[in-house]
Parts: sequence; C-alpha cells; structure tokens
Amino acid sequence: MGKYILKRLGISLLTLLVLITIVFILVRLMPGDPFASDKLTPEIRQNLERYYGFDKPIIVQYFTYIKNILNGDFGYSMKYINQSVNTIIADSFPYSFDLGMRGLSVSISLGLVLGIIAALNRGKTLDYMSVIIAIIGTSVPDFIIGGLLQYFFGIKWGLFPVAQYKGIEYTILPSIALGFYTLAMVSRIMRASMLEVVQQDYIKTAKSKGISNFRITAKHQIRNAIMPVVTVLGPTVASVLTGTFVVESIFAIPGMGKYYVQSVQNLDYSLILGMTVFYGAFLVLANMVVDILYGVIDPRIRVAGK
Amino acid sequence: MENNEVLKKVDKNAFKRIGKNVEKMEAISRPNLTYWKDAWRRIKKNKAAFAGLIIIIVYVILAVFGPLISGYEYTQIDSSRMNQFVSKEHWFGTDELGRDLWTRVWRGARVSLLIGFISTILNTIIGGLVGGISGYYGGALDLVLMRIIDVLYGIPYLIVSILVMVVLGPGVSSLIIAMVIVGWIGTARFVRGEVLRLKEQDFVAAAKVLGVSDLPIIVKHILPNVMGLIITNLTMAVPKAIFNEAFLSYIGLGISPPECSWGVLAKSGVKMLRIYPYQLFIPSFFICTTMLALNLLGDGMRDALDPKLRGTE
Repeated sequence: MGKYILKRLGISLLTLLVLITIVFILVRLMPGDPFASDKLTPEIRQNLERYYGFDKPIIVQYFTYIKNILNGDFGYSMKYINQSVNTIIADSFPYSFDLGMRGLSVSISLGLVLGIIAALNRGKTLDYMSVIIAIIGTSVPDFIIGGLLQYFFGIKWGLFPVAQYKGIEYTILPSIALGFYTLAMVSRIMRASMLEVVQQDYIKTAKSKGISNFRITAKHQIRNAIMPVVTVLGPTVASVLTGTFVVESIFAIPGMGKYYVQSVQNLDYSLILGMTVFYGAFLVLANMVVDILYGVIDPRIRVAGK
Repeated sequence: MENNEVLKKVDKNAFKRIGKNVEKMEAISRPNLTYWKDAWRRIKKNKAAFAGLIIIIVYVILAVFGPLISGYEYTQIDSSRMNQFVSKEHWFGTDELGRDLWTRVWRGARVSLLIGFISTILNTIIGGLVGGISGYYGGALDLVLMRIIDVLYGIPYLIVSILVMVVLGPGVSSLIIAMVIVGWIGTARFVRGEVLRLKEQDFVAAAKVLGVSDLPIIVKHILPNVMGLIITNLTMAVPKAIFNEAFLSYIGLGISPPECSWGVLAKSGVKMLRIYPYQLFIPSFFICTTMLALNLLGDGMRDALDPKLRGTE
C-alpha cells in the first residue's frame, strides 16, 4: 500500500511540474502585451518590465517562477493594481469551493437516490422518469441549464434570487446548474450497478436466510453497488470545477472561475499562471486522493498498479 | 395393404438416387452475415439509436443546405428588423443585429459539427496509433510512452485548451488544435489496453506461428477486433467535443464574430434571455437534441458492435 501511494505521489508531482512548465511556455507564447497602453512612456514600460522581471533571460524567469511557486508566492496581478495573485485566489476561492461542494453534494446524494429508486422500480414509471432526467442531464450543457433555471425560477416565477451569492437561497440555483450533469451520471451508474448486484449470490444467500427486503437493499445491495460510483469521482471533480467558470459568470458570483475567464481575456499573465497552477494542483491532488481511495476500497487495483 | 395400394399408384421413375454432392453440402444457403452487417442490423432494430442516427443525418443535411435556402447571409445585418420573433420572413426570428437566426443556426451547426467530428477523428487516429504501437511492441518504448501519458493524463484538459486558444487566437483550426493537443491521450490509453489484451490471444499466436509478419497481424487480426470499441468511443466523444467548443465559445475564446457556432449563439442568447428568450431556446434546442442523438447512437453502437452480444437479440 505504501509503495502504491508513493508511486502515485511521484506521478502527481511530475504531472504538476510538467503542467507548470507547459503553462509557463504557453503564457509566454501568447500574443498581445499586458502593458499595451498609449499612456506608457518607454521609461515607465522599461521599469514595469524590470519590476516583473521580463528583462531577464527566459530560463532565469522560469527558475525564478518555480522558486516563487515553491514558496507559495504567485506574484502580483498585472491588471488589478496592487493585488497579489495570492489575495485574489484567497478572496475568490472560498466562493468557488463552497459552490463546488454544494454542487457535488447535491448531485451525488440526489444521483444516488435517483439511481436506487430507478433500480428498485425497474421498468415502471419512476424508472422512466429517472431515465428522462439522466438524458436531460447528459445532453444539456451547463450554460443552458444555468440560463434556463435563471430565466424560469429567477425571472419568470421569482422563486429564487436571480444572481449574486449572499445567502442560502442564493446558492440553490447555481448548485443545481453546476451539479446536474454529475447527478445524471451518478444516477445512471448507480442504477446499472444496483441491477448487477441484485443477481449476485450473496443477495440470494441473504434472501434464503429470510432477511427482510429492506435490510437486503440497505445493507447488502446499496453498499456493494456504490463502488462504481467512486470511480467517477475524479472526472466529476474536474467537470464541476470547469463548470464553475460558466455558472459563476451566469449568476454573477465573485468566484475563481469568473476571475480566471477575465484574466484570460485581459492577458493578465501572472494571474493566468497563478490560477492555472492552482487549479492544476487542486485537480491533480483530487485525482490522487481518488486513486488512493480506490486502492483502499478495492485491493485488485492496488495489485494491478504495481 | 392399403399402403401398398397407394405405393402402386406412385410412378417409380419419380424416385432416383441423388448421391452425395460435395459442392452442395458445403454451400452456405443464407447470405453471409459479416460483423458490420450484423451491427447495422442491430442498430436498425434499436429504435432510439436509429432515431439518433436519423436526427444527425437531418442536421448534417440542414447544416449544408440550411443557410442557402433562407435567402439571407449569416453576416447580413438589418437594423430595421432587430430582435424579431419567428415569422414568415425569418423562420427562427432575428438576433440583436437583425441577422436571420435560421441562417445563423445552420451556419453554426456547420462549424460546431465540423469541429466536433474532425477533432474527434484526429484524436482517434493519433491516440489509436500511439496506443496501438505502444501496446503491440511493448518493452522500453511502451514504458516510456506510458510514463509520458500517465503524466499528461493528469493535466486538466480544458485548462490546457483554454491556454492554447489564447495563444492561437480564436478560429476553427485553433479550436481543433486545442482539442487534439491533449484529447488523444484517453484514446491512446484504452487502445493500448485493448491491444495488450488481444495480442495474448490464441488467434494472434496462431498467426505468428504461421509466419505472418507484424503489419498483417496488426491490420487483419488486431485492428478489426479493436475497431468496434474505437468507433463506439468516437461516437461518444463527438458530443463532448461539440460541448467543449460551445464552452470555449461561451467564455469568449472559441469562435469570434461574425463567424458563429452553437456556442456563440447560446452565449448571445443568454445575454438576451430576459427580453427575448427565444434567442436562447432555439439554438439550445439544436445543441441539446444533437447531444441526445449522438449519445443515443453511441449507446446503440456500443451494444451493436460488442462482439460478445453478436447473434443475440
């Protein structure tokens, strides 16, 4: 087990390093210029370039950058004056994290419930309803779901606030918009897995021992069926994370996704670099945790990973 | 006794010895059902998948001819007819610049479908080659390629696409490049796994023993067995690519005006949602039905192309 975790950790660190390098190269290749403005005299420009270290050779810039990242210092934003990338991330990340967590918990819990209900009512109306929800979830992009939710529940019927993020009632629409796809995925996987588990011998054994149907479903069927759901958690975290880009801009939530999209449009080099590295590290870490979790849950993967 | 009476009435010349006819014994009385014919038969039986296929064909035809039959150009601005609802002149209404939405929807379909199909096909070819070579030859090459893929696989796909889009600037070709740059990795991984499994099978060993060289083994024995999975994977990946294009265009990185795609239309639709909701609903309908159709078709293909299910109903 220790060897497996160590190997996983090594790959993750290497991935992160490659990511940082790719991002660094791509950002330097970007067209446009963060200091592009007619008001700047050549002297001020030079000073700015010196201040941000652009006058040094690119290799030196690269190693300075790596060193700074290792120290947890992402530098200063080039568009938001006097704001360090660290403060921008620190200010905006809690919103995105909160939204992401709500989206995830809503989608996973509802998805599991929906999948279980569908499997228990196989071939009946409830099953078909869950199939329809799953189809909508997988074929409607999140920006359309977000727009529609905002239009009907926010503007037309006035049930929920239209935008911003100030209290529990503000979080409901964005969480649903964010989690809908995952909900659909989880419910489909759970349904299929439940139906597979029903045919296993240990369910027959439990039945022949005279255990009640409720206990069989709760203690034997659901517990075993939940395993495949764990395998989609890694990709799910990634999809929820990129979903925040869109959902935050629709509902005007001051989270990281909104800043990220803006920084890309503003060519704010240091902010793009910092946020991409942050996102990347977060995702790589999340994937690693999920992978190690499989290893803990399912010994077969641990063996195969060697 | 009665039987004898009957037999006497029958002409004895009607009976003659046929004997063995070796050629006829070996003849196949029914038409030969190949793997692909069988798959096609099963797709046709699967109503949902077949409906998906028809929807896609209709959309492709409309994407080609739709912009031509409306009588408007997709860039044609008409300030006297802004934000008009569906009418006889404008079948889907007009947008905030008075452009005909029907023309723009099908122009957008052309761009979105093109990006979806081309990027997925490129991903499949590159991924298939890398995964196939890596899996078949194994050894040090496989080790190196797989380490590289392991590392690249952890890199968030959309973030890299976003950065590539910023570097290359908006446009159809940069979108395709942005999606292919990291998109082939998933295909490479699963093709390698399949090839690794297949090359240990008896029929490959048999071919090797008979002295068949590498290329025919790959082309004639391994490839046909992986093909079903590759095609299923391809069908499933097209909606993802269309989705990613829409996402990138939505955040302002994909296609730039006046060119349009479904993502661009959805973006401007969301902007006008409060006043003119039809401008979001119409493009959304086509995005969603395309996704749905491709997903249904993909599901059907998975069942139809699975060799284990062959011959069953």
